[in-house]
Amino acid sequence: MQTFKDFKDSELRHQDSICVNESEKKETFGENFKYLLIGIGFGIVFVKAEIVSWFRIQEMFRLESFFMYGVIGSAVAVGALSVYIIKKLKVKTIKGEEIKIEPKTFNKGQIYGGLLFGIGWAMTGACPGPLFAQIGYGASVIIVTLLSAIAGTWVYGKFRDYLPH
Amino acid sequence: MFEFLKQPLPWYIAGPLIGLTVPVLLIIGNKTFGISSSLRHICASCIPGDIPFFSYNWKKEMWNLFFVAGILIGGALASLFLSNPNEIMIQPELQNYLAQYGIQDFSGLVPNDLFNWSNLLTLKGFLLMIVGGFLVGFGTRYAGGCTSGHAIMGLSNLQWPSLVATICFMIGGFVSAWFLVPLILSLTI
Repeated sequence: MQTFKDFKDSELRHQDSICVNESEKKETFGENFKYLLIGIGFGIVFVKAEIVSWFRIQEMFRLESFFMYGVIGSAVAVGALSVYIIKKLKVKTIKGEEIKIEPKTFNKGQIYGGLLFGIGWAMTGACPGPLFAQIGYGASVIIVTLLSAIAGTWVYGKFRDYLPH
Repeated sequence: MFEFLKQPLPWYIAGPLIGLTVPVLLIIGNKTFGISSSLRHICASCIPGDIPFFSYNWKKEMWNLFFVAGILIGGALASLFLSNPNEIMIQPELQNYLAQYGIQDFSGLVPNDLFNWSNLLTLKGFLLMIVGGFLVGFGTRYAGGCTSGHAIMGLSNLQWPSLVATICFMIGGFVSAWFLVPLILSLTI
């Protein structure tokens, strides 16, 4: 079986943000639960701020409300400041490891894929994160949308060699 | 206190909390924030189909699946215990626009008039839920990230390719919301 290691093009692998920021220190299965907890907090914020509302996304794209621009803008501001501090002070992980963030490399996929995702975002009113939160909230039919998104990812993987990058 | 928790969060609290996910994930496990990768890990774990793109050790990325499972549980907890007793505030402009297409129920996170099981069999519902979902999954992977990986994580790390991706997300969204969505909403089948 062909594996990813066979590919010389590690650039593409980086592009897909897979296994590149891997912790040197092995994490036990149980340690995954800390990510579950963060996810729970994240899901609560998503719902409580109504970010996962289809209506909020329409308001954003139709320029009827500042709300989502405030959310994304302030999230980026806090994220950027944190990354700056982490780099400046060489903050380590809780296990004493150096924090590494792989740079993103450009390819045309960011344009074509970006446009396609944007079209889907306004239709479904959700990017991938909110799909999970909406299902949890009780919008059961969104399971179908999520399965369709998984199918979309699969079809991309299947035909990626034929797509312009 | 509990009543206060039921109120919707303002943007200047929600946004910074989301932004804090970036350093928290880095510090607790050297993980970069990104949600759409979870869809790829699901493909790799369930239906790899001998496709090189899905032939990797997805177990190393298991944290990401725990993270999205957490988002789902968080959504359920918020619904069960912290649900806002009032209707979601929706801008009057949007209400008027949607009313033209017969959408009057603003009570849910998604419009119940559009996103429901019986609508899956209509062209309108098929386009919004199935084609829309497909584009989300296909487009995010093609772009190498979504709102979290590019717009939040990538921009926080000052990556210009992420800026290109974010601008394209917005262009696609504007075109879709202004031209495509109204066309779909006007469908009667």
